[in-house]
Amino acid sequence: MACEQWRSQLDTYLDGELSAESMRTLDAHLRTCPDCTADVLSRVQLRRSVKAAGTRFRPSSEFRSKVQKQIGTKRRWSWNLGWTLATATLAILLLASGINNYFAKQGLREQQLYSELADLHVATLGSANPVDVLSSDRHTVKPWFQGKIPFTFNLPELQNSEFTLLGGRVAYLEQSSGAHLIYQVRKHEISVFIFPDTTAIASLGDSSKARQQQTFNVASWAQGGLRYVVFGDTSADDIQKLSSLLKSAGHA
Amino acid sequence: MCVFFDQLYNFAHWLAQNRDEAEDLVQETYAKALRGFSSYQQGTNFRAWMYRILRNTFLTSRTGLKATQTVPLENDEDGPILAVADTQTPEAILIDRSNQALLESAIDELPVHYREVLLLCEVEEMSYQEIAETIAVPIGTVMSRLSRARVALRASVRQKLQRT
Ligand SMILES: [Zn+2]
Repeated sequence: MACEQWRSQLDTYLDGELSAESMRTLDAHLRTCPDCTADVLSRVQLRRSVKAAGTRFRPSSEFRSKVQKQIGTKRRWSWNLGWTLATATLAILLLASGINNYFAKQGLREQQLYSELADLHVATLGSANPVDVLSSDRHTVKPWFQGKIPFTFNLPELQNSEFTLLGGRVAYLEQSSGAHLIYQVRKHEISVFIFPDTTAIASLGDSSKARQQQTFNVASWAQGGLRYVVFGDTSADDIQKLSSLLKSAGHA
Repeated sequence: MCVFFDQLYNFAHWLAQNRDEAEDLVQETYAKALRGFSSYQQGTNFRAWMYRILRNTFLTSRTGLKATQTVPLENDEDGPILAVADTQTPEAILIDRSNQALLESAIDELPVHYREVLLLCEVEEMSYQEIAETIAVPIGTVMSRLSRARVALRASVRQKLQRT
């Protein structure tokens, strides 16, 4: 194709919207054509300037707090809204990077549940007394829950792992009670939620692989009638490791 | 605060072209979004949904109505995109920090339908599909409008550079 025909497509090319095949052909052309390459560079420069000029307006801090107050009266909604926006952004990023858009297929219900768990996680760690039973000994923590929640569970031996149990508390998620355990790995706290798999939490799908929800990594699975959700701002790898430990203890 | 707040505000300010109206727009958008949250269709693009609310709010406002009335949109649904392809070599357009203001006014002077697609594409970095969802037109229209917007922007920048 002649240069002239390519020229009309350079912006589409820079927008990343050409078909993969046209993209390859144009790439090849650019390697051999200094004129078109110069054109591309100049367009890139103009874009950069447009982007800089185009982001000139910032909301004032007064206005920000005004809107914050406005949506603050519906805190649950705003959290969900913010959460959905965050996952939407992530979905766009994933889509843009060519990864199959997983989040687009996720139900809003699931996102709401994750947002509530995120809420619990953040609120608990931010509070003065994050745990009600402060112990690294699973033999102390497990019996503490007896009579407080309607089920029992097993916790793993951590002696040869990097994880430490910090303690636990009773958590409430949409009218049902469950266990909220806090683990630590290299200064990162991880929440483990255990609820009967018949309650609201059951609508969380299984994800044996840790995946990202906002800035957190999450794994979720059902085992022995209970649903486990492992949640934290640590690496997917850590979430996986702790999940396997919990799974093997659950089997015992 | 929602992750889009700053961007939404920026976009609103570009549409309304003044701070007070931009603030009203954003506030109304949030109010509508919160009220209509349950009507949001899962699986559809959430960002496009928010921007669509903002844009529709603007277009039905007094300023919005005036902006669309005074600048009749040419029939950009037809006509090959090639027809508006930029034939001039653009190496003359070198924008640096010192004439940032020049570029800002060039964007500001674009007809609102050109301004919005350009900003959605280059500032918000939306895909054509997302832009199509946001402004409720077919992708082909997004492409031709975007192409015309860029030609208009270049022409305007060139003109302004010559004048300086
Ligand atoms: Zn060429």
